[in-house]
Parts: sequence; C-alpha cells; structure tokens
Amino acid sequence: QVEQVKLLDRFSTSNKSLTGTLYLTATHLLFIDSSQRETWILHHHIAAVEKLPLTTSGCPLVIQCKNFRIVHFVVPRERDCHDIYNSLLQLSRTAKYEELYAFSYNPKQNESEQVKGWQLIDLAEEYKRMGVPNDYWQLSDANRDYKICETYPRELYVPRTASKPIIVGSSKFRSKGRFPVLSYYHKNKEAAICRCSQPLSGFSARCLEDEHMLQAISKANPSNRYMYVMDTRPKLNAMANRAAGKGYENEDNYSNIRFQFVGIENIHVMRSSLQKLLEVSGTRGLSVNDFLSGLENSGWLRHIKAVLDAAVFLAKAIAVESASVLVHCSDGWDRTSQVCSLGALLLDSYYRTVKGFMVLIEKDWISFGHKFSDRCCQLDGDPKEISPVFTQFLESVWNLTEQFPQAFEYNEAFLLQIHEHVHSCQFGNFLGNCQKEREELKLKEKTYSLWPFLLADQKKYQNPLYNPDFSPELTLLEPNTVSFNFKFWRNMYHQFDRSMHPRQSMFNLIMNTNEQNKQLEEDIKELEAKIKQRNGQSDVVLEKEQELTTHHPAPVALKSPPCFQKEQPPMPANDAVRTIEGSNTADNRYSELVSEFSKAEPAVVSLEYGVARMTC
Amino acid sequence: MEFAELIKTPRADNVVLHCPFHLAVEGTLCLTGHHLIFSSRRQDNAEELWLLHSNIDSIEKRFVGSLGTIVIKCKDLRIIQLDIPGMEECLNIASSIEALSTLDSVTLMYPFFYRPMFEVLEDGWSSFLLEQEFELLSSVTNEWRLSCVNKEFSVCPSYPPVVIVPKSIDDEALRKVALFRHGGRFPVLSYYHKKNGMAMLRSSQPLTGTNGRRCKEDEKLINATLRSGRRGFVIDTRPLAVAQQARAKGGGFEQEVHYPQWRRIHKYIERFNILQESFIKLVEACNDQSHNMDRWLSKLEASNWLTHIKELLTAACLAAQCIDRESASVLVHGSEGTDSTLQVTSLAQIILDPRCRTIRGFEALVVREWLQAGHPFQQRCAQSAYSNSKQKWEAPVFLLFLECVWQIHRQFPCSFEFNEQFLIMLFEHAYASQFGTFLGNNENERAKLKLPQKTMSLWSWVNRPEELSRFQNPLYEANSLVIWPSVAPQSLQLWEGVFLRWNRPSKFLEEAEVERINIIKYNKELQAKVNALRRQLAEMEADEEVQEE
Repeated sequence: QVEQVKLLDRFSTSNKSLTGTLYLTATHLLFIDSSQRETWILHHHIAAVEKLPLTTSGCPLVIQCKNFRIVHFVVPRERDCHDIYNSLLQLSRTAKYEELYAFSYNPKQNESEQVKGWQLIDLAEEYKRMGVPNDYWQLSDANRDYKICETYPRELYVPRTASKPIIVGSSKFRSKGRFPVLSYYHKNKEAAICRCSQPLSGFSARCLEDEHMLQAISKANPSNRYMYVMDTRPKLNAMANRAAGKGYENEDNYSNIRFQFVGIENIHVMRSSLQKLLEVSGTRGLSVNDFLSGLENSGWLRHIKAVLDAAVFLAKAIAVESASVLVHCSDGWDRTSQVCSLGALLLDSYYRTVKGFMVLIEKDWISFGHKFSDRCCQLDGDPKEISPVFTQFLESVWNLTEQFPQAFEYNEAFLLQIHEHVHSCQFGNFLGNCQKEREELKLKEKTYSLWPFLLADQKKYQNPLYNPDFSPELTLLEPNTVSFNFKFWRNMYHQFDRSMHPRQSMFNLIMNTNEQNKQLEEDIKELEAKIKQRNGQSDVVLEKEQELTTHHPAPVALKSPPCFQKEQPPMPANDAVRTIEGSNTADNRYSELVSEFSKAEPAVVSLEYGVARMTC
Repeated sequence: MEFAELIKTPRADNVVLHCPFHLAVEGTLCLTGHHLIFSSRRQDNAEELWLLHSNIDSIEKRFVGSLGTIVIKCKDLRIIQLDIPGMEECLNIASSIEALSTLDSVTLMYPFFYRPMFEVLEDGWSSFLLEQEFELLSSVTNEWRLSCVNKEFSVCPSYPPVVIVPKSIDDEALRKVALFRHGGRFPVLSYYHKKNGMAMLRSSQPLTGTNGRRCKEDEKLINATLRSGRRGFVIDTRPLAVAQQARAKGGGFEQEVHYPQWRRIHKYIERFNILQESFIKLVEACNDQSHNMDRWLSKLEASNWLTHIKELLTAACLAAQCIDRESASVLVHGSEGTDSTLQVTSLAQIILDPRCRTIRGFEALVVREWLQAGHPFQQRCAQSAYSNSKQKWEAPVFLLFLECVWQIHRQFPCSFEFNEQFLIMLFEHAYASQFGTFLGNNENERAKLKLPQKTMSLWSWVNRPEELSRFQNPLYEANSLVIWPSVAPQSLQLWEGVFLRWNRPSKFLEEAEVERINIIKYNKELQAKVNALRRQLAEMEADEEVQEE
C-alpha cells in the first residue's frame, strides 16, 4: 500500500491528476482516489511496466495493459516506486499455468454448476446441428489419443471415403500433422469449409494420400465437382516456405482444385502493426493528419480488411458456387481460424446469436488449437509468439455489426468482454495452446468456464436492435468491404479513455429503454389482471399497488467477479444528462487557460481533449 | 427571357437512368424551366425523379455510336447517369441542362416561380425577428439596446437594419466605429450568456493600418461589455502573421496599447479556396470505391477536411470556454467577419445555449448568425464539390458549420431536438432550393430582391407539423447544461450521411434507425398505458373505500 499516489490523465496536456492510494493484492492492482473511486487492474492484464526518469513530483510509473488500458502513476518516493515496479514485474509474469488466476478464482459455484458450466458448449451437438455425420461426412477416431495430431481435438470429422491410411498419410505430409478436416458444413449447399496446415511440398514433393484426401473432400460435395484451396498467406511468403520443405499445393497434382492466395500477413507483421497503431493513438495532442497517416502506416485497417475480404471470398464460394473450400496458412491455427470462423459467421446466422458465437469460438479457435497461451502471453514466454490474431477476429465481427446493426444478437460490450477474458486468465477456456494441453491441466476440474457467466449476464450483452428475422437461417451476409467502411475501433483501443467517448450513449439509452419496455409490458399485464379481478369481485380487499413495484423479478445472475464490474458502470439512461457535467465546478481549467495565454505565441493555444472533465 | 428558348428537346423517350445501388430503369425524360423530370413507364410510377436544375453542379456527356450518355453531378453530391438514344436529342438535352443550371440572374431562379402546395400556417419570413430576440434579452438585462442606425443599410451594407449594441453607445458613435471596421461591420452582440452575464460580440477586423490608427469609440464600445476590472478576449481567426500582413492593406488587429483590457488569441481557421479544395478532394476520395485502404486513408488525410473540422470545433470551444469558464466577454473576428467569425460564434452558441439545440432555436441561430449576419450564401454556395469554376468566393463554410454541429450531435445524441436529417436538409437547401431563404448575400440584397414578398420561406415549410415530425430526434431530452465536445481525432468521424450517402447501400442502417425510433415510441405508449391503468386501479380503490364507509 502506497499513499499519495497520483494518477495522471493520459491525454491531458497539463498534468491533471487524481490523488489516491495504491494497493497491491495477490491478483489485482487497486487504486482508490480521494473520491473513493476504484480502479482495478488484474495482474494478468499487465503487458508492460515502465519506470520513467524521476521528476520533481515523484517517480512516474507507466503500466500498459493487454486490454489497452494505460495508466500513468506518479509515486512520491522513489523506493516505493521501485518496490511496486519489481512486484508488478513478478506478479505479471507467471511461469506456470497453475499460478494463473483461474486456478485460484472462486466464483462460489458448486461442483455440479461447474460441471454444467463446462458442458454448456457441446461441439458434437454443434456438428449435429450442421448436419454431420451424414452420407458424406463421418466422425473419425483417428486422433482419439492425439496420436496423429497433438494440436487438434480428439473428435474430427472427415469425408467417409477418407480411410485411416489416407488420413495418416495426409497428416504426415502436412505441417504439424494438421491434415484437412471439416470445420463447417453448409447443409443447404452440401458444401464444406475444411481446414489444415500447409503441405510439406517443398519444390516438388507429392503425397498421394494427401491428394486422395483432397479428392475425398471434393467428392463429398455432390453439388460441385471442383473445390477451392485458399492459402491465406501472401504468395511470396508461401513461396519462401518452399525452401524449407513446406509450401503450397501444386494445381497440377491435385485434380479439380482451384488454388487461391488471399494475402493475409503473418503474426509478426500483425504484432508490429498493432504496436504502431497503439503508438499513434496514444500520442498526446494528436492532430487529425498525424492520426490518419499513423493509421495508414500502421496498416492495421488494411489487415482487418484483408481478413474480412478473405472471409467474404470463402463465404461466396460456398453460398454462390456451392463449392467446398479448404483453408490453410502455415500451421493452420491463426489466419485459418480467422477466415474459417468469419466465413461461417457470414454463412450461418446461428453464429450471430450469443450462444452461437460462443460455439464458434470454442470450435474454430479453442478446439482447433489457436495458441491462446502463446498469442496472449499468458505465461512468461517468447515475445515473438505474441500476436493480436484473435483481437483482429473480434474487430472484424465488430465491423460487421456496424454494417448490419440488426443481424447480431450480441452487442459490442459482448465482444469487449470476451476480449477482456481472453487475456484475464480468470476462466479456464482460453488457457493453454490446445485441447491436449488443457486436458493435462485438468482445467475442467480446477477452473471455471467463462460462458455461463456471460450467459447469466446476457442482458448486458444483448443488442436491442436484433431482429431474428433479419436473415433467416443460412442466408449469406454480404458486407461491403470498400475501404471507407472500416473504422478505427475507438471503444476497443480507447475503452478506458472516457474523455474520448460520446458523452451520451445512444446505445445505452436504447438498451435501457428496451429493457424498460419489457418491464412495462409485465406491469400492464399485472395491472390488467388486477382490474379484471376487481371487476369480478369488488368486495375483496386487494393488496396495495406498491406490490407492483416489488414484484419485479429479482436478477438470478450469479454474483459477478470483480472483473465483470467495470469500475465505471454505464450510466442509466435517465441519468444521461448527469453524465455530462458534474456539479464539481472546481475545475483547474481556469489556471490552465491563463497559463496557456501567457505563452509567447498565442496562436498555438491548444484545447485539451474533452475541454472539460465530463465525468461525475 | 423564356425558358422555352433554352429547351430544344423538351422530352425524350427510352432513356435509361442509372443510380448507384439501384437497378437501371427505362423511362421518359422531360425538361421544364426548373426541373429535370424522369419517370419510368411502369404503371405504379414508383420511379420518378425530380431534379432541380439549380441542384446540378456539373454535367458531362459522351457518346458511343448514337447512344449518348449524360452524367449529372449534383450539389448534394449525388451522381446520376442518363443514357439517351439519339445524338441530337442528347446534345440538345445536355446543352439545355447546362444553360438552365447556370442561370446568372437570381430572379429567374425557381423560388420566384415556386407555388407552394401546402397551406402556410406561419410566414417564415417573420418567424425570427431580431426584435423578438431583443425582447427575450431585455427580460434579463438592460445593458443592451436595439439600434436602427443601419436602417437604410447605409452604415454597413452587409448588416441587417437592426442590431443589438451596448446601451451606452449611441448611433453617432456606431457610425464612427463602422468607419474603423472592415466593411462597416462594427462590433454587435452575438450572444448573451445568461448564466454569468458575459457577452460574445462579433465584428470585422479593425482598420488600424500600418500607422496604428485607433478609434476611441471602438474601444469604448467593446469595453462597455466588460465588468469593471475584468478582462475580455479577442479571438482573431487569423494567424498572427496574416493579421500583421493585413495592416499593409489597411486592416489590422486590436493592439494591446489601445485595448489594455483585452487579450488577443489567434486561432487560425482556414477559408475560401483552401476549404473548397479540401471539399473537392474529400468528395473525390469518397466517390472512388476502388481505393485500397492505404490510398483511402491517405486521400482522407490529404483532403484535410477533418483537420478543418477539428480546428473549427477547437476555436468554438475556446470561445465558449472564455465565456463560461473564464467569465469573460469575447469579441470574435477574422478579416471580413462574414465566414470564420460566424462559424465560431454560432458553434459556441450550440455549446453554450440549450435553446440553440432545439429545432426552432437552431433555425433562429441560422437566421441570426448566418442570414442576418450577412454570410454571402449566394457566393459561397454557388457551386459544390463538382464545380470546375474555381471561383475565389466559393467555399463550403456553411457545410463545415453543419458538420461541426453533427459532430457535437454525435457526442450528445440526446441533447438535440433535431436529427441528422435536419442538418442534411439545411445543407441541401443552402445549395439548391425552391425557397428563397438562402438567396442573396445579405439582408440588403434580400430586401432589394423583395424575397419576403416574392418567394416562400424555407421555415414556412419546415415548421409545419408534418415536416417537423421527420426532423425530430426521438431521443431528445432537454439538457440545460453546457456541452463540451471532445475534439480528439479519435472522436471525430467522417459525416457519412453527407459524404457516403450515395456511395453505399444504406438500407440496413436506415432499418436500424427505424427500429431505434420504434423502441422509443413503444416506450412512450407503454408508459402512457401503465399510467392510465394505474389511475383506473386507484379510482376503483377509492370507490371501494367510499362504499366501505
């Protein structure tokens, strides 16, 4: 515990600050300011801690979080600062899975609830919903003991005509043994999305089993003879891989395939792109042109567009041409996951529901071995393995929700909350790199699943504009991917910089109004019943009307873990006005302005972001 | 002149109309004196297009064999294409459109011919008189007076006949001050902040020249707005260097020696051709669907449009901050005081004054701070983003103002009585309209053209209940506070409702908007019903009690 710590406003040009006390707990860093507002930061969310040179007011400490929160403390005594710095460094770097928050987190669920929580998402059920197994596709037990591919799940669906020798042969010809398997089956078009890793073709190697495997996939589609093979990498990268004995499919060796590169960059490019984006968006006193050129130079939106363009290509191949598509990149767990999951989201409206989205993430990301642990740096590991691949997926989905405001059952807060917990290590779902690892960690016994908690809180994550009839099952969503449709996701990258957000949230207002409408409908029913009753037997003395208000169904939601409660909950709609300006007029802006004015060159007077503090 | 002389081919059949995101339709094209009319031959007549010639910004024609194609680019940024069979017809139609859309006499414009099909409930020409404004003002303060010194437009040709000035300054002094200010635009009251009695004045630059001329009456006038011992701020919308250069041409700025109680801030706001170029570049960028991401972002950046938005909002916030937070009076001016000055004073009022965020209040603001204050609409809005004329006086000054209002609206979606459509409607009518409101460059010209007698006012139409309902914001809840917008680049957005309006399918966005409105409406219905039922129940209970007794 350190007192008299200052929390600086990240974008203020005048070092405006809040003074308060800093506490370190086993799991969180907590700052309580003089007006008793709490800022909680989970240690696992800390991406970097930096000590800046000593200043007259104390020792500055900058903490960058994986959820894009950046806090800037000034600790009065250097020794305290040093202590905090060292503690945070230790606490935020974990060497073993067992030390992660999920293993100590106790949400007061009993054992059967815990088990039920893990059973909420059942992938076998999901494949059944798609219509597999069927005449063409079957469950293969080849990987039941993770013998063929360690990073795949146990249950895999393959074409019926693909025998075990073919599977084994094909897996030997594919990087990390990730042979082609079913990811999504479109029952109306009888076409499939399959996924795998790159073939070990080098410059000329062939593998008959692999060729048979692809043929089996294309034959499993009775409505179209040819299939697409999408290599999601830029052509140059794929060609370079050939020198290392890897590479891509030669169209001459495989019958009836149409090969296509789609040019999504690799994890290293994405990591540095995000880094650049954050540098730009974190600049104080940023000009519009610096922002736009920074946005351009970071390439971030270009990458998001590339991912979505690839998904559109995939979805159209299936919906328009009824052709099956095999997707791969290098190892088939980053770009492949992005493209397969987004493609399915465009094709199938189920994935646009709350439950369906959870299923989609479980299927294409968790079960197929997207390396969450490495990519999100859950353990202290190789910094070159870190990459915002999943964040890009969420951002692509957000872009779709912007274009189709009525097509999604969930809202932006849902996406943000999932992003929060991918990094929080509070729940077991995203720990580890693949299913095998998760089983070894006994996550289902030792940790809790995130999904039931999100479902219990579903009200918060529901899109009030959602219209289930917007797109009937299996109608293709066709987004417009012209560049101007892609916007900077302020609510993600500036989630915690409240001064940049609209002061009144139309979204919250609509959401609350929608909730209120449901309540009012209930009230009307009750009132009508009462009136009817009275008309029937007017001599019966009835309860006071007050009862109406006490009858509201109490929320059955489980007690939320601290991380679910953002320290500044969205204001209720009717208080919208109050969120604009507090009663506190003791704003130090006056002196700011005067000091600005006393500068030699009055033409450079710069206004601060937000001009005035708007928070209550 | 007869319009018929200009129309050689009044009608063409088998014309095909192409609009982006719509299927091509075949139909008949008719030209009248003021309209281009296209109607499909389908019985239901659903496809009918009426386009004002004055809305046409530019026209291009090309031929493939005998099939002519005319591309019409409108001032509201829409682009349509007409395929006209027959080379002669096509040439005739193109030249007619060109002539009719560039008529140079104001009195030939459509507002002089337009006969409204609706009943006028309230004459918009007299809806917003400065006298009414003054009445409101005199209920809170007696420090101001209404001056008729400009009754004959003789003191300042671009000012209205009546203005509000400090009570202690007589008309004689005003005449002297007018000689000391560019174009005679002496400082007048723009806004009075009731909360603390501070005033915002606007004027044009003082004519100090190189030898530092001074005018005692000018100093007295603006000092009259200061509380004793307090300072005021002069916000000059030019950079210091430009203001200094202006002295060589007889202009200048308020020098500290002569205005010791005033602090001068130079807050540069771009003007004229720079804005026009920026506008043209932005529209070009938005209209090209083939740009890859990098190109789009660099084009958006190169247009500088959002920079102008940010600078303008910043200047307006600064003015508002001086008044509300510093409790200081403010004088705003640039050179002529007819463009950037008005942008700043009107936006500051949006921030400060809740009344300006109502429909009527906003209309009053546009009338007071733009029309009466002498913003030269006819010059500025003669052409839009597709023009090739490159006239120095064309500039999207008013559009920038509207977009800034939209940016604030986005950040405070519940604080405005009007919606985005209202702002877009004003943009359209400022550039091409059947109403006379935006004709002329100032009140003097409007009086000479007898616009109030000969044309219909836009406000007469807008303020009818049926029209108003289209422009109301269902989320509106009166908010009496000052609203401070964020001016961070991350908080600003491209105004898609104007710039991408014709460039993308908007069906889903519109449907979502309808759904939003429905949720709000349904809420109101339900609340009314619950209240009615509660009342009914309470009455029944009361009756029972009476019976029991």
